[in-house]
Amino acid sequence: MSLDLATTRRIAKLARIGLEDAELETVRQKLDGILGWVDQLSEVDVEGVPPMVGTETEALRQRDDAVTDGNCRDAILSCAPEKSGPFYTVPKVVE
Amino acid sequence: MLTGLTLTEARAGLAARKFSARELAQAHLDAIGRLNTQLNAYITVISEQDVLAAADAADARYASGDARLMDGLPVGVKDLFCTKGVKTTAASKILANFVPPYESSVTARLLEAGSVFLGKTNLDEFAMGSANITSAFGSVLNPWKRQGDDSALVPGGSSGGSAAAVAAGLALAATGTDTGGSIRQPAAFCGIVGLKPTYGRCSRWGTIAFASSLDQAGPMTRSVADAGLMLEAMAGFDEKDSTSSNRPVPEFSKAVGKSVKGLRVGIPAEYRAPGMPEEIAKMWEQGIAWLREAGCEVVDVSLPHTKYGLATYYIIAPAECSSNLARYDGIRFGERKDAATLDGIYERTRAEGFGQEVRNRILMGTYVLSAGYYDAYYLKAQKVRTLIKRDFVQAFEQVDVLLTPTAPSAAFAQGENMDDPVQMYLNDIFTVPASMAGVPAMSVPVGLDSRGLPLGLQIIGRHFDEETVLSVGGALEAAAGFAHKPALHAEAGV
Amino acid sequence: MSYVIEGKTGSWEIVVGLEVHAQVVSKSKLFSGASTTFGAEPNSQVSLIDAAFPGMLPVINKECVVQAVRTGLGLNARINLESRFDRKNYFYADLPQGYQISQFAHPIVGEGTIEIELSSGETRKIGITRLHMEQDAGKLIHDQDPTKSMVDLNRAGVALMEIVSEPDIREPEEAGAYLRKLRQILRYLGTCDGNMEEGSMRADVNVSVRKAGEPFRTRCEIKNVNSIRFVMQAIEVEAARQVEIWENGGEVDQETRLFDAARGETRTMRSKEDAHDYRYFPDPDLLPLVIEQGWVDALKAALPELPDAKRTRFQSDYGIPFYDAGVLVAEQSVADFYETIAKGRDGKLAVSWVTGDLFAALNRTGKTIETSPVSAEALGKMLDLIADGTINGKIAKEVFEDMVETGEGPDAIVEKKGLRQVTDTGVIDAAIDAVMAKNADKVTEYRSGKDKLFGFFVGQVMKETKGKANPALVNDALKAKLDG
Repeated sequence: MSLDLATTRRIAKLARIGLEDAELETVRQKLDGILGWVDQLSEVDVEGVPPMVGTETEALRQRDDAVTDGNCRDAILSCAPEKSGPFYTVPKVVE
Repeated sequence: MLTGLTLTEARAGLAARKFSARELAQAHLDAIGRLNTQLNAYITVISEQDVLAAADAADARYASGDARLMDGLPVGVKDLFCTKGVKTTAASKILANFVPPYESSVTARLLEAGSVFLGKTNLDEFAMGSANITSAFGSVLNPWKRQGDDSALVPGGSSGGSAAAVAAGLALAATGTDTGGSIRQPAAFCGIVGLKPTYGRCSRWGTIAFASSLDQAGPMTRSVADAGLMLEAMAGFDEKDSTSSNRPVPEFSKAVGKSVKGLRVGIPAEYRAPGMPEEIAKMWEQGIAWLREAGCEVVDVSLPHTKYGLATYYIIAPAECSSNLARYDGIRFGERKDAATLDGIYERTRAEGFGQEVRNRILMGTYVLSAGYYDAYYLKAQKVRTLIKRDFVQAFEQVDVLLTPTAPSAAFAQGENMDDPVQMYLNDIFTVPASMAGVPAMSVPVGLDSRGLPLGLQIIGRHFDEETVLSVGGALEAAAGFAHKPALHAEAGV
Repeated sequence: MSYVIEGKTGSWEIVVGLEVHAQVVSKSKLFSGASTTFGAEPNSQVSLIDAAFPGMLPVINKECVVQAVRTGLGLNARINLESRFDRKNYFYADLPQGYQISQFAHPIVGEGTIEIELSSGETRKIGITRLHMEQDAGKLIHDQDPTKSMVDLNRAGVALMEIVSEPDIREPEEAGAYLRKLRQILRYLGTCDGNMEEGSMRADVNVSVRKAGEPFRTRCEIKNVNSIRFVMQAIEVEAARQVEIWENGGEVDQETRLFDAARGETRTMRSKEDAHDYRYFPDPDLLPLVIEQGWVDALKAALPELPDAKRTRFQSDYGIPFYDAGVLVAEQSVADFYETIAKGRDGKLAVSWVTGDLFAALNRTGKTIETSPVSAEALGKMLDLIADGTINGKIAKEVFEDMVETGEGPDAIVEKKGLRQVTDTGVIDAAIDAVMAKNADKVTEYRSGKDKLFGFFVGQVMKETKGKANPALVNDALKAKLDG
């Protein structure tokens, strides 16, 4: 499978990384090389093999339902590049 | 000199009041002052005032007789662990000014154990790299030099700053994180010990994520006993991490020095990669011979899917990273590049905030998860990962540990291996499989190559059996008697 | 099919499936310990995990798992003993992690059914495809600044159950009945408060149209409709829109739309215009969720009686009609209120008091069953007074109104006002004699065959006794005297 520029552009859009066309072509070449290399996995027979999920060493623990967190607005807003009163702000979004 | 001690020696010296924690800390701050400009091992050095205050508190505990496990021991912290009130960058522009309002679980444990933090060590951006050349804060210099050659060598990666700092006497030890070899490979390149524990042994809470199913914190130290001591302080159950194991933490340092007589050491045939440098192969043979002399039984084993480890890794790790790094969007923390629209902010912030390698891995990961490619790449890789893990489980039915080289070469020069990402990825060929399987593995320095650069051997153990890894590592260390120092060292030329 | 759209080219039927997002009743969020209380100060119920700070990790809330399983059991659905959490990746300002943790490939609950009842009295079964747990997003506020949207993450990370129906719904009315029934079940279970105004229950509506016998055509998804009435309206207008497009030779695009209630139309949702590729994959921060059959069985055994079962039981235990039982079980609080009264008493009389006088009084005073000025115990006591002959039905109305007004018990009111029924035959006879004396002409008329006047005499006697006379005794005595 060879990677084309349109797909590279779509991927960059999905990942929200804004790249110029020239950069996209460089990225395309790099990724295409890596994809060509990882294609070696196609020779592995995985018939009947389940995908690995987690490391399968423990079961999922469940915590008790109690309010133990939150109430720390100053902390969570302390690192915001832009805020207004108690809110984070972004350019107006049309829904 | 104080900067040349092991943790174990320093701990004994402090306990005997041969020197104070303040003197120990000051010696390290001085060494950092002299050498960090060259090495670039630290991104952030904690203020002298804060470092000495922590040292004084440790001294007070020694005086009152209630010193803790790591009391007064000056260590470096990879700049991937969030540290409360101390800038944490992940070596990325996007977090250039990020000061977390919280402390990671691992560093909180180290602080609780009395450690004195010196600063935050440099790394590949978001821990993605094997040469420490992708840091937004500049490359780290390996303190070692080839004989008669002044070329700048890479310290390995991603925990290159930690490895360089420990090797050069800028910290007695340091924390690292290992996703595909990021503790072990730089440890090998810098002539120190690096231990990646079993996945789940150390909490991941508060450590900036790269690939969640692989990331694991561990110690980088000057001796195997130190690795045990420091792991004991770092490890333990954390209810805040759903993948943290609730197994009890053994006294790891006690495993070092235990007889290895009768232990079965597996030598995986598939690690004899074609094109392996002669010197690496020789060192491996030497290691096998040492362990045999120590009473181990050497057994040939097979890990048939080894060769697919890297390709599997370079699908799974980017996939997880593409999702883990989505939170760096310029809204709640980190740098923001302004634009008229929300998408504009995302695209500019992430294009300009992330370096090229990180961007490429995010894009790679986005691709392998995207509609139409998921089955061919991601799902396939997770199935191959199952096979890789089974290889280990089966091998450990026959043997207690595996012995392999840590890396396919000694440290290379900055500028080498840079153009072809696949060539760079091959650095991780021996370290990645253990990461994929989640088993513990440690690199121990065992000798120098013909150009005077350190080489390491890797001991891989069963899930949650770091103790046997440490015992065998201790035996190897004792036999190798590695006592070489790098060209750049706090004790040299003072 | 009773609901069809008559187009130029023939009749069209509608095909509707609903995805309901129901906020789980729990104290803390699905993966963090922050509170879920509605209406708190902006960003005050946000943890570092909810704001997706670097290195933060999710830990699942056990109660949310309990609630999801209980809901699944209430929907007669299959419970999956192993389920998983996946990441749904997309960027939006209300989604701090850049992904929503959801259950895509392996939901905790599989197929189930809901039985709905239509106004015609006919019932239908609507299939449930699945129920899964997921995180809610935060909230964007657009009206505080001309150029900016404000981000409030209080809701981010609150547990939701997404309950997906099969595309079995063929009428707007069925969609309404389905939602009401689902809400009723959730409220009975206490797993979701079903409050659509506060957004704790929201529906995404998938609508398509087709000619009879055709396979499904392209559907549109109308997002986040927040009332049952709007769901029904949205289906109508969206179906009409689609029919018009098809009939004019166009193609319906598969897209996400919004329902504009003010304009009574649906429109394309601009923020969702992108072709979506959510790149689902198992969340590596979480292991598979494994539960045990025994644990599920214990939850099942402890489930409250659900509306359908309660309705059937009310019919048989209290001898009331199916319709009345349905009215009573619509809200669990009403059913409980009724049952407190009906137990050991006349069930039919109880239902007429609850759905008649009580509901009217609540309506008039703007109260609910929970805040009712007359408690179930007091109303029951009043029925006892009727049963034991202390008061008659007519006086009971007066007593009840007094109870609504004063909140006093029926005994006290009867005593205070001296409303005790007169059963003393001497008093009744005296009253009859007085009435007959005053109306000698009417007595003559009656005796000469004008039977209808009997009612007049009863009324006069009751009036003479201020309504307190026992009507049965009055009847007997009056008959004896007039006929004698």
